[in-house]
Amino acid sequence: MTTSDNQSLRVLVAKVGLDGHDRGVKVVARLLRDAGIEVIYTGLFQTPETVAAAAVDEDVDVVGLSMLSGAHMTLAPLVVQAIRARGADIPVVIGGIVPNHDLEELKAAGIAEILGPGAPASEVVEAVRRAAAGTSKV
Amino acid sequence: MTNPRELWQEAFDASSIRNDKFQTMSGIPLEPIYGPEDGEFPGVYPYTRGPYASMYRSKLWTMRLFAGFGTAIDTNQRFKDILKSGGDGLSTAFDMPTLMGLDSDDPMSLGEVGRCGVAIDTLADMRDLFADIDLGGITTSMTINSPAAVLLAMFVAQAENAGVPRVKLGGTLQNDILKEYQAQKEFVFPPRQSMRLVRDTVAFTAAEMPRWNSISISGYHIREAGSTAAEELAFTLANGFAYVELARQAGLPVDAFAPRLSFFFNAHIDFFEEIAKYRAARRIWARWLSKRYGATSERSMQLRFHTQTAGVSLTAQQPEVNIVRTAIEALAGVLGGTQSLHTNSMDEALALPTERSARIALRTQQVIAHETNVTHVADPLGGSYYVEALTDQMEQMAEEIFAKIDEMGGGSMLEGCIVGIDENWFQGRIADSAYELERAFNRGERTIVGVSKFLEGNEEDQMETLRITNADEQKQRQRLASVKQDRNESAVLDALDRLAKDAVDPEVNLMPALVDASQVYATVGEMMNTMAGVFGRHIEVPTI
Repeated sequence: MTTSDNQSLRVLVAKVGLDGHDRGVKVVARLLRDAGIEVIYTGLFQTPETVAAAAVDEDVDVVGLSMLSGAHMTLAPLVVQAIRARGADIPVVIGGIVPNHDLEELKAAGIAEILGPGAPASEVVEAVRRAAAGTSKV
Repeated sequence: MTNPRELWQEAFDASSIRNDKFQTMSGIPLEPIYGPEDGEFPGVYPYTRGPYASMYRSKLWTMRLFAGFGTAIDTNQRFKDILKSGGDGLSTAFDMPTLMGLDSDDPMSLGEVGRCGVAIDTLADMRDLFADIDLGGITTSMTINSPAAVLLAMFVAQAENAGVPRVKLGGTLQNDILKEYQAQKEFVFPPRQSMRLVRDTVAFTAAEMPRWNSISISGYHIREAGSTAAEELAFTLANGFAYVELARQAGLPVDAFAPRLSFFFNAHIDFFEEIAKYRAARRIWARWLSKRYGATSERSMQLRFHTQTAGVSLTAQQPEVNIVRTAIEALAGVLGGTQSLHTNSMDEALALPTERSARIALRTQQVIAHETNVTHVADPLGGSYYVEALTDQMEQMAEEIFAKIDEMGGGSMLEGCIVGIDENWFQGRIADSAYELERAFNRGERTIVGVSKFLEGNEEDQMETLRITNADEQKQRQRLASVKQDRNESAVLDALDRLAKDAVDPEVNLMPALVDASQVYATVGEMMNTMAGVFGRHIEVPTI
């Protein structure tokens, strides 16, 4: 995968809810940018509604959520619903701390990709590309 | 002039010593300290080798395990288990809404209630949290920052209702707001208004709670957010200097409150660098307190610290290996002379720890404390050419950073820290260091066992992790609703009214108004919102 293949991609990375841990989201934002992807960061303390609105307004290809507080089961599906309620079909990728027993339910709720701790840059970029191309495993 | 060894000997002779045989397994008797007559000694300025002359010969570190999840009743049970299995201090983890000063029924709290810690809305929850625990007989640490004054007020109210006067309460409030803007990002009010609340808690505890440590100045989160060891050291101590200047501005003599400041450092996986960091921290603190701030009391100059092993060093892959990482990190903390230690559980890259994994984490400390004999001799690595050189280098790197902060503040570390936050200087440096480390990993320069190499075993079934359901969130909301129904509404309004009036006048200490509001079951969110009405709210400009 070359940098130029990524150049048309736009990604919104977001922190939703009260979780202020922003190391991961910033590292991911920078490594996507270094891979040639255009990255927009929402900042902290967003709601599912503000994330969906920003995703639609910015016309992004993928939304990336960074979640470390355990609220993913509640908030991630709400982000998917809020995007769909706006008539958009923007895939949502989660990165952070997500226990294995939650993976199936998150997939069922419409999350395209889930990245666990320790995922290398190449895997993050791949997951974003798969999500954008609609080739994520259901 | 007495030489350092004589000073040490005098202090050592005055210390009470634990009942233990201080010898190796082969029976070689051990000195409490080794080194040249004219060298540095523990318990002697500048305390590089330890704050106390006898170190672990007098008292082992406090095995303080951080716990909290679900409702206060659940956490109370976990607290009792910890006390039963040999832990001797409680450390309270609050959930995200509480950390942000929100009630469980706030729309922003959705999905977060009781997840990462215990949910506290009112005095009723505080009562459940410490039910059947003698608050005068143990020490309690509360990890809370933006609403620290509110939770301290509630804690005091609960203790006094249980018959324990505030003078008897021992423990620590994290209350380190500067690192929230720099690293952990749980802020509510703007920096200067937050610092007023810090000042109020410092003044209140100095006057009324002699056994209470008012601020735990925390490098832990700075490091977890991605800083280097040198940045953790320098930013943390700079924040410490800022609090010293704040309290001095409030008219408190340095020796009246500096003894109540404690520190909280990370124990990461780079073993010797961590030990050098702790040693350098003690030396720098002693010198700055004495030379720059004019402290004369030994207690003011003796840096004491809590350590937690590095959460970010844990892997989701082959999680049992995390026990090994944690043991090595914990050992660094002990060899560095920590006063208290939290060991992470092996499953924390996956979820909150199960009871079993938390017990293994405690056992790790007990092995170090009771089987290895490393506690017999203070600062066992002192005098190592390597560790001494590394200590000097950490100190020098920190001094360079202090010079920059001092310059930003025009000769004030307090101003320098606030300006550095306003200008995104700390945040930017931490993000740069985090990214640099990530790039080193992606370039293959940094090996992580089970992640970048040695992957056999990764495919095995993952361990069972703790499940917290939304049932707790429901329960907590109902609890809050019923407390609100039962309380005297006009008493609450009066108390909040007084709080708002007091908040307007920066000369007034807000603690008495907060204790009174707690007593009539005002919620955390109500008290925080009342103050936000006066102080405003902080909004961070998003930067990558």
